[in-house]
Amino acid sequence: MPTLAHYLLVSGLLFSLGLAGVLLRRNILIIFMGLELMLNAANLSLVAFSRFNLLPNGLPNYNAQVLVFFIITVAAAEVAVGLAIIVALFRAKQTTHVEDLNTLKF
Amino acid sequence: MQLALFWIFSILMLAFALGVVFLRNPVSSAMSLVMTFVALAAVFVTLDAFFIAVVQVLVYAGAVMVLFLFIIMLLDLRAEKQRKVRPSAWLGGGLVVGGFMAAITQVVAGWPALHHTKPELSDPSFNDVAGVGFTLFRDFNLPFQIIGVLLLVATVGVVLLSRKELK
Repeated sequence: MPTLAHYLLVSGLLFSLGLAGVLLRRNILIIFMGLELMLNAANLSLVAFSRFNLLPNGLPNYNAQVLVFFIITVAAAEVAVGLAIIVALFRAKQTTHVEDLNTLKF
Repeated sequence: MQLALFWIFSILMLAFALGVVFLRNPVSSAMSLVMTFVALAAVFVTLDAFFIAVVQVLVYAGAVMVLFLFIIMLLDLRAEKQRKVRPSAWLGGGLVVGGFMAAITQVVAGWPALHHTKPELSDPSFNDVAGVGFTLFRDFNLPFQIIGVLLLVATVGVVLLSRKELK
């Protein structure tokens, strides 16, 4: 049977891959996908904690699953707004490459 | 059996996540991301979180990824494929990711409470959706309403942002 440590390590690996995507890739859409991977890694830890720390009545701790539900909702709203911003950016600058977007650079 | 399923879907999930980061074509990255989300939903099922698994497939693998693919096809992204990653980015990324994984392994290895297997559920045929629903509507009613307002604000914001002329 998998232990909580297994789930936390897999979640950590998923988070690292998302972080690597944000740090290594220069396409703003792929950076956004890396953010989604990191949010999902956090969800995996929360669901694992909910299953491994049962309530006194012997059922999973649903507070964590409700938090995951809220995270999924906020992530969906975030994706919609972020992609609208990317489209507006593409209309203005004709690029999705972050190194071409240096207007605010000092 | 459950350990085997856990490893199969975890390795599948991590392999497709690698694909998201290292494939050069944005459409391939997006398709890998869909498969990552589906495999993650399977991992949720091994944790008896059936409702969250279904929501994961519906919202992430369905709605969010359709939005992503739609935007990728709206913007013509073929010119981005040739760019190289700078060595300093490789170095920085490797350092940060390696340090993070080292920290997590250290914490997990030095905490014996994390190495117990799953405790048995008191009622193996429990109703997962009812549990989430009761918690959501009884203990978290106010946050639930606030999240509705957040979705409304996001919708209005997206409509405003995607108009032709931004003022």
